[in-house]
Amino acid sequence: MISILGSGVAGLCVATALMDAGVEVEVICPDTAPAPASRLAGGMLAPFCEGESAPDIIVTRGQAAIAWWAAHVDVTRHGTLVVAPPRDAQELDRFARATRAHRWVTPNALEPDLEDRFARGLYFENEAHLDPNAALTALKHRLLAQGVVFRDGAPQGRIVDCRGMSAAETLPDLRGVRGEMLEVYTPEVTLSRPVRLLHPRFPCYIVPRGEGRFMIGATMVESSRSGPITARAAMELLSAAYSLHPAFAEAEIIMTGADLRPSFPDNIPALRRKDTGFHINGMYRHGFLMAPVLGMELAGLLTQESADAH
Amino acid sequence: MFYGTELKNRLLLGTAQYPSPDILRAAIAASGTEVITVSLRREGADGAGFRDILKDSGCRILPNTAGCHSAREAVTTAQMAREVFGTNWIKLEVIGHADTLQPDPFALVEAARILCADGFEVFPYTTEDLILGEKLIEAGCRVLMPWGAPIGSGQGLRNIEGLRTMRAHFRDVPLVIDAGIGAPSQAAQAMEMGFDAVLLNTAVAKAVDPVAMAEAFSRAVDAGKQAYDAGLMPRRDMAEASTPVFGMAELLA
Repeated sequence: MISILGSGVAGLCVATALMDAGVEVEVICPDTAPAPASRLAGGMLAPFCEGESAPDIIVTRGQAAIAWWAAHVDVTRHGTLVVAPPRDAQELDRFARATRAHRWVTPNALEPDLEDRFARGLYFENEAHLDPNAALTALKHRLLAQGVVFRDGAPQGRIVDCRGMSAAETLPDLRGVRGEMLEVYTPEVTLSRPVRLLHPRFPCYIVPRGEGRFMIGATMVESSRSGPITARAAMELLSAAYSLHPAFAEAEIIMTGADLRPSFPDNIPALRRKDTGFHINGMYRHGFLMAPVLGMELAGLLTQESADAH
Repeated sequence: MFYGTELKNRLLLGTAQYPSPDILRAAIAASGTEVITVSLRREGADGAGFRDILKDSGCRILPNTAGCHSAREAVTTAQMAREVFGTNWIKLEVIGHADTLQPDPFALVEAARILCADGFEVFPYTTEDLILGEKLIEAGCRVLMPWGAPIGSGQGLRNIEGLRTMRAHFRDVPLVIDAGIGAPSQAAQAMEMGFDAVLLNTAVAKAVDPVAMAEAFSRAVDAGKQAYDAGLMPRRDMAEASTPVFGMAELLA
């Protein structure tokens, strides 16, 4: 039996990957545990775009996440569109240099609502997105249907600690990187894929959630303060959204959120051994991309171990 | 001498916008820089995780007031920085315009006066304006940091003649080109003009390979300084053969 601590994206993906591999699990999630940071994620499965600032290992390994999610929950595979305001057009050239698996497009050919505000854009055809809360709920229901117990109390089995920032006391090199986001509603804008707006100071992305809802994210601040979104962050994110489509000015703000991304010094999510158990942590901004990958890696390790033991 | 501290390496490096703290650490090591700047306004007192990594770099820390738009905001941020980092050094930045991020000269002098009187050693981010420079010196600053171009613009030295005049005018004041540098050649040019150091961030942090770019800048700054110290030849209008015309050996046929 494996006892998974935590039921955010890391915990649920690891539980699912282990169950898929025939490893029995339980999930320890006390009522007093803080809400998982992954509830506020963008839900972009964008390994190639992440390559702009992430090391190649994220790009290479992260690609497996798209098929994994598609096999378990609803995933929209419409790619990612990257644009820049006219006066920052050279940011696109830099982005193109730093990434791969893209091609130049006229943005309104993909997203007619962008009209002629952007002369050119980069299209990452092989990327996808999902709704994080819907996806996490679907994974949990699937596990419950398979008989997995979610409970409080002492773990019965070997521990896989997926508690994010709550595990910080046992991971001295784990730090929080603050992220802030908003969700808005407007029936006036239609987008069918995540759009990233490059800006030297306020980069942002907008992920369509369907039925007029859009997630706008996200700041990256080297701070462990988890309090509400700041006025500056809201202003920056909203003005970026406004420059993408003026109708966002009239959108209703239906939700704001701020939390900490658990991060290791290299900003790479990691599977680490700890005594007889494991840590899966440091998801940083790659939780939905890397949690399934690390879950499958752990499943492989455990299956190998039990094969060796027999 | 920067407030009594001699720096062998004349590249000062900003610490924002790197892909990860590990890459930042590697860039600092590759550049050989001795001074790094750190912002505090937005991160607040709760950025300890990141700051501990910076402290471990062994570099001297020059906290900055980036993101401050008034003298009062800058003074409060400087006081917080002194507490958090235990240093009197402060890079004073008071932004006057959101688009150009150009310094507000009036608020800058006001904040410099307050901070110098309070025992801070102030590195003001300023323009190449001579009178503004004098007011800052009068306020107690013993280093000036004129911009090359607007922050993050990568345009290099936008007003070369103005900067040359400033160098000539403040002969004995350490002058650091701060902001606007995009390429190593621009950093070398600043050093060849006799500036004492170059401070930059975006050009390294946002390079596709920040570690390699950090090293490239470090070598350019070194080359520029060495060239200035060695004495550059003057520009001439006409050609002058480097080989003497008289007494040349004739080649055997």
